[in-house]
Amino acid sequence: MPLQIMRNLLGFIKKHHFFLLFLLLGTAAMLFTMSRQYYQQTFLLHSASRISGLVYNTCNSVTGYLSLKPENKELLRENVRLRAMHKENFIITDRYVFTMNDSLYQRRFTYMNAQIINNSVNRRNNYLTLNKGRLHGIEPDMGVITRNGVAGIIINVSNHFSVAMSLLHSEMALSVKFSKNDHIGSLHWGGTDYRTAHMSYIPTHVELEVGDTIVTSGYSLIFPENILIGTIKDWDIRRGETFYTASIDLVMDANTIRHVYVVENLLGDEQEALELSTISN
Amino acid sequence: MIRRIHLRYLLLFVVLVLLQVLVMNQVLLGGYMNPQLYVLFILMLPVNTPGWFLLTVSFSAGLVVDVFSDSLAMHAAASTLMVFCRPAIIRLTVESIRWDEIVFPSFSSFGNIPLIAYSAILIFFHHTVLFFLEIFRLDEFLRTMLRIALSSSLTLVFVIIGFALLEKSFTR
Repeated sequence: MPLQIMRNLLGFIKKHHFFLLFLLLGTAAMLFTMSRQYYQQTFLLHSASRISGLVYNTCNSVTGYLSLKPENKELLRENVRLRAMHKENFIITDRYVFTMNDSLYQRRFTYMNAQIINNSVNRRNNYLTLNKGRLHGIEPDMGVITRNGVAGIIINVSNHFSVAMSLLHSEMALSVKFSKNDHIGSLHWGGTDYRTAHMSYIPTHVELEVGDTIVTSGYSLIFPENILIGTIKDWDIRRGETFYTASIDLVMDANTIRHVYVVENLLGDEQEALELSTISN
Repeated sequence: MIRRIHLRYLLLFVVLVLLQVLVMNQVLLGGYMNPQLYVLFILMLPVNTPGWFLLTVSFSAGLVVDVFSDSLAMHAAASTLMVFCRPAIIRLTVESIRWDEIVFPSFSSFGNIPLIAYSAILIFFHHTVLFFLEIFRLDEFLRTMLRIALSSSLTLVFVIIGFALLEKSFTR
């Protein structure tokens, strides 16, 4: 009897193998996709993994030459700006009181340079792959910025590469403020145009003007304060809401970024631990 | 003979995946178009390919693209559904076809209109699954449909060009 059942079962499987295999593979792919835990489970299937990282790196070393000229120009321009900020360029106008005590300043953020070797702006959820990884000191939750804006947040690291969730991602929210009056809001990307983002939760008593500058608020563990983000284009009150939502012209052209800085918050752990212990008490 | 055709498919697969990852994924037209050229590989598999092989090879092709695009298993899911519908769509679009012979989908074996219809329907299925898995919610429904329509059209154009270019090397 069991043999008969076995034979029937095998016959059934043989007869419907196309549909059964479809169910099996389809379910596997859907389950894997829907678990959506980018942080742990995608370890194998990520461009941070060795082979694809190598392919992108090789391709990048070829295409990199094409943009050397404009890149150099931009870097020079930034050097000029930074050089102009150097302390030696200033004279001390206050002759009566001048104290300088190094122990007054505790370094909070450090920066590392890195290159983007894979980038997209045409999907709803975009990612950046960087050519540095754990061995260079990069870890998840560090920020990625360019000379004119926030590019993303590191979410996954391998030894030699790291992957960042781009600013152009549906799960990305950035705490920003108006540089003129420090009112804060939340910035997120709507998914259409990679040069435009939305800033929500602006109280209606704030006076808005076209061209108002938006910078990071510093109310996050990841990004320093006052990184330029963009300017206001227009605004309205969405139905059922009591806040303004504004369209922001991003300064950063996410399609051309190549050289980025990875920001590490040296005091982030301390701040987070304190905040968490306060909440749990 | 058989060997050579296997090699051709392998080469086609490698070239298409590289084109997809290094060129197509960077294509940017209004933020709405993201052509998926690698589906040409699945469309070009011989008509009498065994079902289990169709499914496995398409699933793997999708998974390879996934590895390069940080997209979990979205391409694998889309390709699997697409190839599952393939036999039915061939029956629907192509009038007379010998299922027991080695027939390569092409303009000469299918006919112009049936080949385009067959490609268009399957590309649309593939893109629908892919883009909805990517956005993973329905509140941007119309915008996602627009993305699907525009990307599918662009993919179809590339696929037709691909069929035209490869007509000679896969018919004999």
